[in-house]
Amino acid sequence: MIEQDWLYGFLGGVLIGLAASMFLLINGRTMGASGIIGGLVDKSGWHNYLERISFIAGLIFIPAVISFTYNFPKTNITSNIYLIIIAGLLVGIGTTLAQGCTSGHGICGISRISVRGIVATIFYIISGAAIVFALNNFMEIL
Amino acid sequence: MTRYLFAFISGGLFGLGLLISGMTNTLKIQGWLNFFGAWDPTLAFVLGGAIIPMFISWKVVSNKKTSLLGTKISQNDKLPINSNLIVGSVLFGAGWGLVGLCPGPAIASLSFGGTNGYIFIISMLIGILLISLVSNKFYFKIK
Repeated sequence: MIEQDWLYGFLGGVLIGLAASMFLLINGRTMGASGIIGGLVDKSGWHNYLERISFIAGLIFIPAVISFTYNFPKTNITSNIYLIIIAGLLVGIGTTLAQGCTSGHGICGISRISVRGIVATIFYIISGAAIVFALNNFMEIL
Repeated sequence: MTRYLFAFISGGLFGLGLLISGMTNTLKIQGWLNFFGAWDPTLAFVLGGAIIPMFISWKVVSNKKTSLLGTKISQNDKLPINSNLIVGSVLFGAGWGLVGLCPGPAIASLSFGGTNGYIFIISMLIGILLISLVSNKFYFKIK
């Protein structure tokens, strides 16, 4: 069962890599989710807003069709609204400062052997692991 | 027009990959970050699978200036490794670990993530806006 998850993970990963390849080879753009969204929020990407909106539309539409057809995905997100708000703010602030997230720094950066992408990835993984460790071990205290 | 069609297909393929790989499931993310507990290695397979085609694609465009559609290929590799990158990544990682969502999966799960998914996305947009509002006034000018 667990091994099947790994296989699906790898297959899904290849599709993500193909999506990023397509965006790079055809559109000439780095596929970074935070950058594509961020450019629409802070005006820095308004000169190519239609390309950004098209990408986001695909990112919303295809999973919507699949989830309505097969009814399988669940996000299992926490029900704690305060955690969600804090996490959302941290993700928005952090990815804007670092100018990248898991797709931009992680996938596109590492595959390019970009030191910047690798450094960013190491820091957000260590930070995320520390938070998960804290949640698992000290949550009773909070 | 072609440009927007391919952007839409790229986004759709990205979303499909995120769904199939289980990356829209916050428990899979938090399970992967749980290195000191019951560690779930799935995310490593996702990263590995995504990096292989992208490694080849970067090689293909390494000596090219324009894409197949004739647009300029974005070059972000000249940016420095500075405190913005480190502090930003640490803050992002903290939020990522806290609920198990990063920007791509948050948007991909918009249609089935429920109210809590919307709250996450709105908070994330506010975070982006906050930094863009203050970044020009403080030392960490980013753009």
